[in-house]
Amino acid sequence: MDTILFIICAIVAIACALNLILQKHPISSALSLIGVMASLAVLYLLLGAEFIAMAQMIVYGGAVMVLFIFVIMLLNAGTEKPSSKSWFAQIAGVPLLLAFVAIMAFFIRRALPPSRAVRFGSWVGGTADAIGRMLFTTYLLPFEVISILILIAILGAVVLARKEID
Amino acid sequence: MHFAPVPLSWYLMLSAILFALGVAGFLYRKSVITVFMSLELMLNAVNLTFVAFSYQLQQIDGHIYAFFVMVVAAAEAAVGLAIILTIFKNRHTLQIDEVDTMKL
Repeated sequence: MDTILFIICAIVAIACALNLILQKHPISSALSLIGVMASLAVLYLLLGAEFIAMAQMIVYGGAVMVLFIFVIMLLNAGTEKPSSKSWFAQIAGVPLLLAFVAIMAFFIRRALPPSRAVRFGSWVGGTADAIGRMLFTTYLLPFEVISILILIAILGAVVLARKEID
Repeated sequence: MHFAPVPLSWYLMLSAILFALGVAGFLYRKSVITVFMSLELMLNAVNLTFVAFSYQLQQIDGHIYAFFVMVVAAAEAAVGLAIILTIFKNRHTLQIDEVDTMKL
């Protein structure tokens, strides 16, 4: 059951990611990215990360993707034009990426210490309760710093996107 | 009821494949919005690795890091899309290879 669910979600994630990089229209890519994020949320649930799964759906699948689709529609972004300026990527891109995946597979096979298999429900550590406790005790300073980061990001977005009035 | 467990390495392999696909999109696509979406895909792949290792170590520190990555990605999306808006306002194009000079 676990294996079936994992394989379904993995295939959906990889198919959506492939669709993201193959579609010519940005809106199709954005919808594929939502598929990737939804299947990743299911995988987080399988790994016992309830809070992260919910945050994935709300923050990524909701807020960030709405922002993307909003910008695509605002700019009326059409199909992209093909161009052949980056000859190096055209020639060496796919072999280098396959080499990267092969090297990662090698390290995962060889260098990973003996690891426990993932069984759904055997460890549920990532509840909102546990994450909240950790966030407000051990990681209090990074939490506060990141709130300042968000404030700066909001200000930056407003400053960048405003109309010049003079 | 017995459930067959999934090896942890499968999760890590899925993460590596998604990251490689993100890099491919980042290198091959010419629309600046799609390049940005490939970036989000890479961040998601890294998040999957964090959560998988968090399961392996049975500690939730990895979840906290994944949470911080999400927050930074949200902030980055807001600023990045504002930059895209400004680029489009000034140059009337979204093709990244037409935006190759700093000054208009």
